[in-house]
Parts: sequence; C-alpha cells; structure tokens
Amino acid sequence: MSEQFEPIIIGFLCNWCSYRAADLAGTSRLHYAPNMRPIRVMCSGRVDPQFVLKAFKEGADGVMIAGCHPGECHYVEGNIKTMRRFYLLRRLLKQWGIEEDRLQLVWASASEGTILAEAVDRMTEQVRALGPLDWRGTVLGGNGHVASVEIEKEMEEA
Amino acid sequence: MSEKVGVYVCHCGTNIAKTVDVEEVARWAGTQENVEVSRDDKFMCSSLGQELIVEDIKEKGLTRVVVASCSPHMHEKTFRGACERAGMNPYLFEMANIREHDSWTTDDRDAATLKAMALVKGAVDRVVWQQPLDPIPVEINPNTLIVGGGIAGIAAALELANAGNHVYLVEREPSIGGHMAQLDKTFPTLDCSACILTPKMVDVGQHPNITLLTYSEVEEVNGYLGQFNITVRKKARYVNEEHCTGCGICIEKCPFTVVDEVFEAGLGNRKIIYRPFPQAVPKYPVIDTENCVYFQRGKCKACQIFCPTTPNSIDYEQEDEILELEVGNIILATGFDLFDTTQIPQYGYKRFDNVFTSLEFERMVNASGPTNGKIVLRDMETEPESVVIIHCVGSRDENYHKYCSNVCCMYSLKFAHLVHERLPGAEVYNCYIDIRTPGKGYEEFYNRLLEEGTHFIRGKVAEVSDVARTEEEEGKLIVQVADTLISKQRRLPVDMVILSPAIEARHDSKEVSLRFGMGCDFEGFFVERHPKLDPVATMTEGIFIAGACQGPKDVPATVSQGAAAAARVASLISQGTVMMEPIRASIVAESCSGCRICNNLCPYNAIVFHDDTNVSEVITALCQGCGTCVAACPSAAINGAHFTNDQVMSQLEGLLWDAQAQLDLVAAE
Repeated sequence: MSEQFEPIIIGFLCNWCSYRAADLAGTSRLHYAPNMRPIRVMCSGRVDPQFVLKAFKEGADGVMIAGCHPGECHYVEGNIKTMRRFYLLRRLLKQWGIEEDRLQLVWASASEGTILAEAVDRMTEQVRALGPLDWRGTVLGGNGHVASVEIEKEMEEA
Repeated sequence: MSEKVGVYVCHCGTNIAKTVDVEEVARWAGTQENVEVSRDDKFMCSSLGQELIVEDIKEKGLTRVVVASCSPHMHEKTFRGACERAGMNPYLFEMANIREHDSWTTDDRDAATLKAMALVKGAVDRVVWQQPLDPIPVEINPNTLIVGGGIAGIAAALELANAGNHVYLVEREPSIGGHMAQLDKTFPTLDCSACILTPKMVDVGQHPNITLLTYSEVEEVNGYLGQFNITVRKKARYVNEEHCTGCGICIEKCPFTVVDEVFEAGLGNRKIIYRPFPQAVPKYPVIDTENCVYFQRGKCKACQIFCPTTPNSIDYEQEDEILELEVGNIILATGFDLFDTTQIPQYGYKRFDNVFTSLEFERMVNASGPTNGKIVLRDMETEPESVVIIHCVGSRDENYHKYCSNVCCMYSLKFAHLVHERLPGAEVYNCYIDIRTPGKGYEEFYNRLLEEGTHFIRGKVAEVSDVARTEEEEGKLIVQVADTLISKQRRLPVDMVILSPAIEARHDSKEVSLRFGMGCDFEGFFVERHPKLDPVATMTEGIFIAGACQGPKDVPATVSQGAAAAARVASLISQGTVMMEPIRASIVAESCSGCRICNNLCPYNAIVFHDDTNVSEVITALCQGCGTCVAACPSAAINGAHFTNDQVMSQLEGLLWDAQAQLDLVAAE
C-alpha cells in the first residue's frame, strides 16, 4: 500500500478571531489534521493575493484564509475586503488550472475553536483527494502553454 | 540578510515535549541559516529560561531571538521583556506557537515534530527581516464610560469615582438599580436586596464625580484606548430635571394605569407618568408616550396641571438630547435577560394562571411589590397550600441553553425558605437536576432548607398539566416528574408552580458588541480576554466587562467584577500614558503613484490625500494597523510595520521549507 499523501496547507489567521480560535482549539485539546501551518496576520485584509501565490509557488497544496465573521471584524470591515479579493483570486487560480478547493475562506470567531478545527480537517481531506499541487506543471506548463521549467531556470540564471 | 538568531524551544513541562521531539527540533534549528545558538529548555517562561535569552544576547551578541513555545497571546510580552532587559529592541523577537497550534492538537509525534520544525523555520526566516520599532505613546483621558446601571455598573462607578475619576454612567431604563432592585431577599444571608442596594444608588446619584445619564443609550463609539468619542442619546423624559423636585404628585394625579411589564414583571401596574419604583435614582419620573392620553389624543395634561413647581416641570415639547462624550476607557455592565418560559409550552406558563416565573415571584414576595409581599395565586387573594419550584428551565438543556445559569439553585432554595416563612403550613417541592451550591455559606443554606422540610425531588419535570386523574388532583396543577432517586414517576398536585428560567445574554448583546468593537460568544455573552487570568478585560484595549453580560453570576461575583474592572481602568488612568503596539501603516511618498485606491479602503479614515504633492499619507494616530491598505497598494508603496511583505514572504518560505526541498528534488530529477 502506498503512503497516504499528506498535503501542506498554509493558514493565514487573523490575530483577533481565527488565530485565537486556533489557540482555543489547542487549549481545548481538539485534535485535528496537523497539515495546516498557521501564519499570523493582524487582519485577513492584510492577505495580499501575492502571499497566496507565493505559498503555492513554494510548495503549499492549499491555502486557507481565516478571519472574523462578516460584521465582526476587529477592524470594522477588513474581512469584507478579503472576501472581494478571495473570489477574484479564486477565479484567477481556476483559469490557471488550480482547483477551487485549494484556496478556501473560513470565518471563525475567537470562541469557535471547533469551527476552525473542523474546517482544517475538511480542507485537508479535500486537498488530499486533489493530490499534490504541481505548480510548475500546472501553472507554468499546463493549459496549452509550453512546459516552462527550463524557461524559468533560464530566467533565474539570467 | 545575515543575523545572529537565538532559537529557544520550550518543553512546557510535558505539554509540548509529549508530542513534539523538542530536542530534535532544537538540534535541527541549530543547523539552519542565520541561527547562532539553539537550545531547548523545560520552561522558557521561567526566570531561568528568560535568563538564558538575556545571557546569550549579551555574551553571544545575538541580534534576533525566536522562542518556540505557546501562543504569543500568552507569553509574547514575557519574552519581549527579556530581550529588552538585555538591550535588544523587543520587536526583533518572534514567537513560534508549537503548543496551542501543534502539540495540543494531535497525538502524531512525527507530524507534530515536522510541523514544529516548519513553524520554527518560518519564525527564523521572518525574524531576520524584522525591524526595531518603538511603541507609540497614547494619553489616557481620565474619564470613563460605564454602560449599565445595575449592581455591576454601580460598583464600578463608585470605585472609580471615589478614587477621584470622573464617570459617565449610562443606563437605558429611567432608574439605575438593574435586576437587583427587583429582588426581595438575597441568598444565603437573606439581606433585604433593596436595603443593601439603595444606599449605593443614592451614592451614585449624589456623587460629584459621577454624571448619571439614565433613560439614555450609547449610539456610537469611535476612537481607541485612551481616546474614545461616544455619542449618547438621552431620551426625552418630558420632565424638566432642573425644576422637578421628585415630589410624585404628577404620578399620583395621573388618571391612567397600565401593566408594568418591566419592573413588576407584568404582575403589577404603574401609572403612565411613572418612576419604576419608589427609591428610583434619579427621582424624576418619565412619561410613557405610547400610552399617554395627551400624547395620543391631545387631551388630559393632568400631570402638568397638578405639577406644583414653578416653572412647571412637565415639558411636553422636550426632545431627545444627543450628547458627545470623551472618555479614555469603557466598562460594559449590561446585565442579562431571562429565558422566555413560553418556549417550553409543556411547563404551562401563560397557559395556566398559577404558573409563575421566578421574577414574578420575586416581585410578589417583595414587600413593596404588587401584593405587598403576600404569596398568593393569580387571583391575588388565595394563598397556595402547595408550591413546586422547577429548576433549570431552559438551562442545562440541549434544546435551549447547554450551560448552567449559576444562580437558580440558590434562589430556588431562597424561594422555598420564603414560602415556609410566610405560609408555615404549605408544602414546598424543589424539582432539580443537581443542586449546585458552590459559594460561601451556600451549602449551609441548603442544609437549612432540608431541615425546614422542603421536599427535594431529583428529576427533570416532564410537564405541568391541569388534567386530573384522581379526586385529589381536581382543580390542581399536576407536575409530572421522574423521581430518579427512587426510580418512580410522580405526580404532584399543587396550587402554584414557579419556574426558574435560564439567564440569557441580553437580546441585543450582539449589536452592542459590534458597536463597541469587541466580541461575544455563541450565546451572546461578552468574551473576556482570558477566562482565568484576565476575566474583565476584552480583546479590545480600553474596553472592560463586568457582571452577567460576561456570563451568569450572582451578586457577590458581579460586584467583584465591577470593582475589578474599575481597578483595571484606574491603573490605566494613573499611568497617564500607555504604550501601544507600533503596528501601523506608512506610505513611502516616493513610491506612491497617487492612485488613491487605499483612501477608501481604510475603515478609520486614516489615509489623507495631498492634492499638492499628489500622494497619500497615513495619519499614524488614527491608523489601527490592520494592513488592508498595505495588501491593496498596486505600487507596494505602503509599509505595514511588523508585517512587511518581506517578513511575510520569508516566513512563508520557512514554513514551506520541506515542500520546497521536495520541489527542488523533483525538478532535479
């Protein structure tokens, strides 16, 4: 039997809600998939689409952006801005052949450790089913474009 | 980037070491780029652990520090302090959360260790990009806003005012006093509630340092710790507070009465111009315009005609006043609502006359209440011969509220005692799930009731009905309950049933929490900063909570929280100036294209545009540091201090070090 694929998911957690939800999940000893690697931002609104692309490029199989529920943002409406960017970005990723489930948006308040833990479990399963993200093959090479690993190399050398 | 990073991996006793191979993480970290020294320690937060950091900074010349331990919300301050003691700027420190986010979430040692390595690598790669920052000083306005004039708000207001600070106490109802003013006796000492509360209310009313704003609500909150701007709507009372002496003649002469659903819980009446209760503070009455004949039909004016003051105190033209307040801190003490017992129809409230709620019973046994303290049935004259008190109505119930409402056991015992005292021959039954008496003198009170002859039946009541099966049950309310201690179904034919409903968060607590920019939980109770070590602070600096708005609690606990919140505020006031996190955005004018995309993104209007130079600028004092503008700037001209692009990108690379290695491997093949 082949070894189960363990996806790596980068989780952007906002300082006020979802980071604390993850803290609470831990404090409550809720067990969930160890595949999500959290990175703290003050607000989900700080998540520059470049960060998401960078994560995929560096080898993440999925990216989760987690913030406060709409209307509950510590910074009034940063999460609404996030939502706008999220849908645009997901559309863009889709055009590059990256499956929608690889980028997910989750709302979890500071008291919702269970919701965050469940979201991580769910996403881990979904991304596991999709398999590893082959950024170089999918984005740089797929979709009828010339396989460009070499081109990228040349560019780096140049 | 070349820096000398010190990495410290904490065992946290066995909390981390049980699932993460701490020694291996520390050893591995020592082999990473930029890492000068890497150690593991049993407890990094101990003074010995902190000393390790201080010594290494001094002796090995570390320029950056990473501690892999618990959540930064727990100990970031501790370790920043250690760095500062050794002469390092505290913002050159970074924390990797390998406890809450790792060791506590899995039993898989290999996976947890791998995740810990990634988190440490992310922190190391990030920290080399971190820049020294200086905290921003904020002056604390010494005035405080307290919302809610129940016993929590009163306790807090008096503490602060006695210490010489000015307090604005805002109360929605026409009088302060809250729920405690409605109660008769307080458990377990049986002090008269009004006797201990009203002197405090009077103190508040007369205190030179307290501006009392009753019949008022907070409409808008702006600003931040130290400098909040508050908009309060002071509703029109139609009574001029300057001229009114509170003599009460207008109330006496008002020819109309309505059922008082608020203070008397629907059990008694009040006049149209009224004060909720005789000892109300302030003493000025209010006109209930919805029921007032003058306001509805333009006739009557009895109150104005009989008002003895000159000039006349009744002012039908009075309008709501909008007040602007400037305060440094806010204490929310907004209290609770009671569970609506009609949601459990099988208990018969509103279907059967003689089913009462606990608050109705409180008003009934109160000497100044609608029955002058007589315990009677709904006909207001027949004394009951038997009473059942049903505990946990809506509490500890999967269908309604899962939590225990904390005070119902004790007041149900108190009710039993009062029935014994006033109706010596009456039989009293307490139907309970568990009796909970965790307070000073509480268990003793329970024992006293056992001796007084109260019947205790351990079991959840199935239903209250009026369908008699035997002659004995004719004309009675029959309480069907499983007595779990003798494993039998019992039917108790009684005259009166009292329901002890759950304590709920205020119906509008969600809106209130949004208005004040702090959080509330699933149930609507406000969330404290830390459930044990910071129970009256919230996630929002400068906003504190006290009393039942945080969760069900009794009077002593409420008063303690009120005083605790006041102490927290007083400490900020006496500091005068506090240091805020320097996490702020700033615009590099040379890179700004003047596109103005950021201008409208800022929820605090902190970004201004200079027409002359064609660039935008962040006003540091208004910026709260969310970083939304930073992410949006197409020219990358906005710098988000402590969360710069370089820092986040490097942390990403570190977090994905193993994936990256894998990709390189594949590419090489």
